[in-house]
Amino acid sequence: MKEWKQDDRKRVANRRRMDTTLKLLFLAATSIGILALMVLIIDIVMDGLGHFTPDLFTNYPSRRPSSAGMKSAIVGSIYMLLIILPVSFVFGVGAAIYLEEYAKKNRLTRIFQLNISTLAGVPSIVYGILGLTLFVRWFMLERSLISGAFTMTLLVLPIIIVAAQEALKAVPKARRDASFALGATKWQTVSRSVLPSALPGILTGVILAMSRAIGETAPLVMIGALTYVAFLPEKLTDQFTVIPIQIYNWISRPQTEFHELAAAGIMVLLIMLIIMNITAVLLRNKFQKNI
Amino acid sequence: MNTIIEIDKLNLFYSDFHALRNVSLEIPEKAITAFIGPSGCGKSTLLRTFNRMNDMIQGTRIEGVCAIGGTDIYSDEVDVETLRKRVGMVFQQPNPFPKSIYDNIAYGPRLHGIKDRKKLDEIVETSLRSAALWEEVKDHLKRSAFSISGGQQQRLCIARALAVEPDILLMDEATSALDPISTLKIEELAQELKDRYTIVMVTHNMHQAARVSQQTVFFLNGEVVEYSDTEQLFSNPNDQRTEDYISGRFG
Repeated sequence: MKEWKQDDRKRVANRRRMDTTLKLLFLAATSIGILALMVLIIDIVMDGLGHFTPDLFTNYPSRRPSSAGMKSAIVGSIYMLLIILPVSFVFGVGAAIYLEEYAKKNRLTRIFQLNISTLAGVPSIVYGILGLTLFVRWFMLERSLISGAFTMTLLVLPIIIVAAQEALKAVPKARRDASFALGATKWQTVSRSVLPSALPGILTGVILAMSRAIGETAPLVMIGALTYVAFLPEKLTDQFTVIPIQIYNWISRPQTEFHELAAAGIMVLLIMLIIMNITAVLLRNKFQKNI
Repeated sequence: MNTIIEIDKLNLFYSDFHALRNVSLEIPEKAITAFIGPSGCGKSTLLRTFNRMNDMIQGTRIEGVCAIGGTDIYSDEVDVETLRKRVGMVFQQPNPFPKSIYDNIAYGPRLHGIKDRKKLDEIVETSLRSAALWEEVKDHLKRSAFSISGGQQQRLCIARALAVEPDILLMDEATSALDPISTLKIEELAQELKDRYTIVMVTHNMHQAARVSQQTVFFLNGEVVEYSDTEQLFSNPNDQRTEDYISGRFG
């Protein structure tokens, strides 16, 4: 049995001090993020609360701030989401399934993979240029809702593919083996065993991608979303506007009332984002509980 | 005893690695055959050629013949899905699906097109009875398969494999993740099942092979060193290497 030495105690005390110091440092790092968000929210609510009225949701934009609303922008954003969601889900998850489950692990697949990862980081304005060329010009869809939605779909596809791939990768190989060993084909294994396990992760990725899509402005400015829309789009080929563009428009005006309107618009956008993120969490919990 | 699996000069390569060398074997029907040998000797690899699970490993190449019931399973006449229906497999770790006990058993039959609820109920009950699990789970078939113990999960996996009515059951170290009591239950179960099914089991545990099997194959470096009646192999091995292995001098 060795003796209990005082030296040891001192050394442990030093190590513990280091521990505490670092803990505080990490706490500070976390607080900065939260603090910045709090300041942003408080600042915006103070500016925008006065204009956060039913009128904001029921009125069309106007030159007079007192009667200006963002009905067309809110409806435009919702329509966009309704198109982007199914299209990007089908193509994004489809591509992820191909890459993870079907594609051979060869050089061509690696090149695909590298390209998709790179695309996920391409600035959004570049997608605007692509959308302008591809949908507005070549496909002659004009500056319409459908052009905007397709452009946004291209923008979020890489994000969805990468998220869905991660979710598929996380499904244990043993579950695929169990299915194959019972005589399942690839698709039977994917649809009955792999996808149900991966779905919570995929849905989270998809919803986060949707949050990105409703906040993006640059690509839509590029393909020519209008800033003054006093009607609701009725067909896919109608012109449109969305919330971030309306906000951008209001902020660039000189009158302070419009700045307050912009703040109210940002509140609407933030609320939509929060709702979507909560939905993501709820969906994930629900599907995980079903196991 | 009739031969059900016939392997003739089988060679298997994982890319450049020569995993099985000139293996020739005849495995009898309705009996338990055990594969023993040190890690990496090729015993699991051979087991996985019987239901072509090796196909999924990119770069696998096979030469020679592996016939089941007289037909080469690597020929064009055989669909791998049908093969795997006839040759079931139980893995090292219990791997139930994150579904209910009922849906785990019904998974296989559903793959092969059975939708009728009554028929499925019947299959679930018979399979669970065959796997000696029915009495323990019959009152909560709707519960998650993860809610039962590891040993029960492994018997569930056996029941799941039996639900598609295979002729052969492959057990790939099926008890190595289980406690001694659960292991014993699986061994007893294997004894009961061998009257109706051909069982091939890979095991790290020589005592298990001696306790359970009728035939034992000893592998070393991808080759079959010795193949004989279990009693004979353990009491009076022909090959010095077999004797060294079973007496614990290596492995």
